[in-house]
Amino acid sequence: MAAVLDEEKIGTGTGVNDSLTDVLGDSARHNKGDREHTMILNMGPQHPSTHGVLRLLLEIDGESVEKLAVDIGYLHTGIEKTCEAKFYQQVVPLTDRIDYLSPMSNNLCYCLAVEKLLGLEIPERAQYLRVLLNELTRIQSHLVWLGTHAMDVGALTVFLYCFREREDLLRIFEGVAGQRMMTSYFRIGGVSLEPPLDFYKQVQDFLNAFPARIEEYEGLLNANPIFLGRVKGVGYLSPEDAIALGVTGPPLRASGVDIDLRRDMPYSGYEKFKFDVPVSTGGDVWARYLVRMQEMRESVKICQQALDGMPTGPIVADAPKIILPNREQMKTQMESLIHHFKIVTEGFGVPAGEVYQGIESPRGQMGYYVVSDGTAKPYRVHMRNPSYATLQALETMCKGRLLADVVAVIGSIDIVLGEIDR
Amino acid sequence: MYDPASAVKGWDAVQAAMPENPAVVALAGLAVDAKWDRNELTLEVAPEDVTAAGERLKAAGYNFLEDLTAVDWYPSEPRFQINYHILSHSLKTRIRLMARVSGDAPAINTMTVVWPSANFYEREVYDLFGVHFGGHPNMTRIMMPLEWQGHPLRKDYPVEGYR
Repeated sequence: MAAVLDEEKIGTGTGVNDSLTDVLGDSARHNKGDREHTMILNMGPQHPSTHGVLRLLLEIDGESVEKLAVDIGYLHTGIEKTCEAKFYQQVVPLTDRIDYLSPMSNNLCYCLAVEKLLGLEIPERAQYLRVLLNELTRIQSHLVWLGTHAMDVGALTVFLYCFREREDLLRIFEGVAGQRMMTSYFRIGGVSLEPPLDFYKQVQDFLNAFPARIEEYEGLLNANPIFLGRVKGVGYLSPEDAIALGVTGPPLRASGVDIDLRRDMPYSGYEKFKFDVPVSTGGDVWARYLVRMQEMRESVKICQQALDGMPTGPIVADAPKIILPNREQMKTQMESLIHHFKIVTEGFGVPAGEVYQGIESPRGQMGYYVVSDGTAKPYRVHMRNPSYATLQALETMCKGRLLADVVAVIGSIDIVLGEIDR
Repeated sequence: MYDPASAVKGWDAVQAAMPENPAVVALAGLAVDAKWDRNELTLEVAPEDVTAAGERLKAAGYNFLEDLTAVDWYPSEPRFQINYHILSHSLKTRIRLMARVSGDAPAINTMTVVWPSANFYEREVYDLFGVHFGGHPNMTRIMMPLEWQGHPLRKDYPVEGYR
């Protein structure tokens, strides 16, 4: 749908142009000399290259983008409000639905925040399992990014290869959690189940095969003149702009800012793992591609360390009033039965206070801000999602570039609309 | 388990406990209250001082606005708590800057002049809590439809919506 902006239609009342100017704001109104050359193009919300229901309003002069406004909220389901009506443990499944491509990161971030409120110590084995599954999630999420991003810029085959490997990972998740995507595997105080016996072998097989697969993807793309033409020098973002606009994660590191919370503010035992943080100074779509490809290799390294060093011991903290007892205890021990009944019916109280827990999700810095008033339900849960802030930089990256570059740039910042709208 | 006695409360106590902390040094004379709890530093300023506090913190090395949100403490007054989570890339620490805003025509100055990334966050707080940010370049709803009535994350707004 395209609408030519003309004087009579702007701000005169009803219709599509009114909402366009509402979203674009007063600054969108060009002075009279320019207006006859520009038009407003509506892109989305139902557009395959917006990776969800993102609506963009582009003011274009010929094919070059003069202004870009983002219209979001199509997936807003009020998750933050819903959280306030649930017990602490009931919020975990809601967090999966925010960023549906990296459910484990959301689970982890929320659980860490509540554990910080409670002051709960997590056993080492649970930490290792969390790190291992988080890194597998990162690979899984990057595979979706790579497949769809390459498809957006015209390399269709990569998608099929990426989803082949992603299928292996989803099968591992299914074995661990019983679910392929909405895993809800982590619990406040640990993880929900002991992984199945063939889990370690499955992961090891994947880790053995995957580095060669990365080379396979690179073989398809790194010397592909069409791909290079679409990504090199496109969507430049300077480090200053990236920091000012709240960009985090791979796009920030691709602009030359060396920050990764896993290394700089470690959580969940990340300080025990050795890995490099890939940084590029290019600042363009190509640099973001290089950073993410390298990140997958680093994730494989972390997974291998977690697998080799996997300690034995319990998978949940020793806190019977917070963590559900296992089935056998519950059926045979009076105390466990009482704890089980009380946790399920009344939840558990959390000492009053507020915490902010940040982690490095596949898309950047994720943060959960949880406020407790001492009851069994959170008083407020707020999610800081990386895509939401990164989207603000879209105009800076696309301004003055061709319309076709917008598609490449959206692919390169790897947004998930579920976590933007929440 | 968490020990409530481990928290340090009050500006004087926090200043005495961590006199060298760059954020404490930067906000001396501006902060009205402070808290060190669960290894997190919270500094409260008066709502009219948030922009000045943001500039001072930025100069002290807290260069990245990570998150901006609000909490509704209805029915107590001042009703809204506006939080700014600010990260320092060089110091590798995070602080929480906080201001309390009255529930009667809630308004506060914008942080977009210090960190442009506050733009979407302030629109979100305006949309869901109804707190107005003075000087914001585009103070419109972001999540809810433009014609929506009410602000859903307020505590007096029912979970299932108005009927």
